[in-house]
Amino acid sequence: MTVRISITVNGRRFDRDVEPRQLLVHFIRDLGGFTGTKIGCDTSQCGSCTVLLDGVAMKSCTCLAVQADGSEVITIEGLAKEGQLHPLQEAFWNKHGLQCGFCTPGMIMASHELLRTNPKPTDDAIRHGLAGNLCRCTGYQNIVRAVREAATAMAK
Amino acid sequence: MYASNFNYLRAGTLAEASALLQKNPGAKVLAGGHSLIPLMKLRLASPTVVIDIGRVPELRGISLSGGALTIGALTTHAELAASAAVQDAAQALSEAAGHVGDPAVRNRGTIGGNVAHADPASDLPAVLTALGATFHITGPGGRRSVQASDFFKGMMNTAVGEHDILTTIEVPARAAGQGSAYAKFEHPASRYAVVGVAACVIVNGGTCVAASIVLCGLTSTPARAKSGEQALVGQALTRETIAAAAGKVGTDLGSDVLGDIFASAEYRAAVAPVYVRRAVEAAASRAR
Ligand SMILES: Cc1cc2nc3c(=O)[nH]c(=O)nc-3n(C[C@H](O)[C@H](O)[C@H](O)COP(=O)(O)OP(=O)(O)OC[C@H]3O[C@@H](n4cnc5c(N)ncnc54)[C@H](O)[C@@H]3O)c2cc1C
Ligand code: FES
Ligand code: FES
Repeated sequence: MTVRISITVNGRRFDRDVEPRQLLVHFIRDLGGFTGTKIGCDTSQCGSCTVLLDGVAMKSCTCLAVQADGSEVITIEGLAKEGQLHPLQEAFWNKHGLQCGFCTPGMIMASHELLRTNPKPTDDAIRHGLAGNLCRCTGYQNIVRAVREAATAMAK
Repeated sequence: MYASNFNYLRAGTLAEASALLQKNPGAKVLAGGHSLIPLMKLRLASPTVVIDIGRVPELRGISLSGGALTIGALTTHAELAASAAVQDAAQALSEAAGHVGDPAVRNRGTIGGNVAHADPASDLPAVLTALGATFHITGPGGRRSVQASDFFKGMMNTAVGEHDILTTIEVPARAAGQGSAYAKFEHPASRYAVVGVAACVIVNGGTCVAASIVLCGLTSTPARAKSGEQALVGQALTRETIAAAAGKVGTDLGSDVLGDIFASAEYRAAVAPVYVRRAVEAAASRAR
């Protein structure tokens, strides 16, 4: 069985016939070509697949593409506007909030969610907000610093 | 990882969902997908038909009336945690919902899916048992209501039958003098409860007149700590009386405590009293 669905990714609409078992993350990467969104686990725990679905952060590996029919997805590629990096991207860069970079797209999308729901988070709130995102490289300190800096920049 | 193939049907209404479920043997209902999809990816579940109820409007919403909270099965953990009505009328539920998994999980996972799935490490079954919730179910024989004490039947086994849909969950609103809380020792990777304790007390004139303590993470279904509850009733809730009651939960848990590679049964049983104490202390401090 295939199902005709329509999902808008970073402002581009994709009408496709998909198998119901296709995960949203595969739709985004394989059909949409937005490979910034990563797959880091099979257990819904690493958060590297985090995207915004209708503005709300979620793990795109734990959602069928058919469930997202009619929705709008924003991935890491959709954050920069007119060549201008998003303050979170700037802050991750400035504060060295990444090493290998594999977790970074998910970290930034989860940080986006955190700042949407709590624009002035404490360090503790930042850590809790990123609880669903695993990083094997950085030890998280610079990620927390980056989110703190982005929050300050965005408050201006 | 890809699930096995299946046919996908999307229900627009509750009646339609119910009819589709009855017409398709072996079908599974899909709500937020945060228990079912991981199982399907690992091929621990391979339903031939998946019926998506995620857009059924009748299953949404939280309302407070007639001394009870009525919570639609599709209410997400994030919605529960953000609701002022839940925070006031069911403090433990609000607290537990805010500690399910991580923010992205809470944005998708639903209360209905959480209890219908009935993972022993899930938080909400213990909380809803402690608060005396009633579960409303629609099935082939019409509608029926099941008390929490009869709802959780075994590991991942509930009163929700193959052709049933859980529609709403009713939680009695906080009574005068009541306070409730949830204390959790979470697994560092999955964030499920290694040990979770929901406590609800009613204090009248400085004396505890009713107590319920329910644990998760330790046994296949939510475990009521009867001896601990009895030890609280009739007492002023002090550090000492609470610690004494917490010390009794070992007898309530019996010998069926679950263990795994992260935390053995002995370890879980040993830390359980600590979390009972914390939950009861927090509940007592909120009693008003
Ligand atoms: C990384 C991760 C961490 C998690 N951490 C926690 C945690 O700390 N604590 C915790 O409690 N949970 C945790 N969960 C589980 C989470 O709470 C799930 O959302 C919840 O268990 C299932 O809800 P769902 O809506 O996603 O259900 P689904 O996955 O859609 O469905 C689950 C099961 O319930 C059935 N079902 C769903 N809705 C209904 C209904 N209305 N009527 C009848 N049957 C129904 C389905 O057929 C299926 O069998 C975690 C999940 C993940 C992926
Ligand atoms: S790929 Fe790991 S949580 Fe989605
Ligand atoms: S930077 Fe390498 S996993 Fe986070």
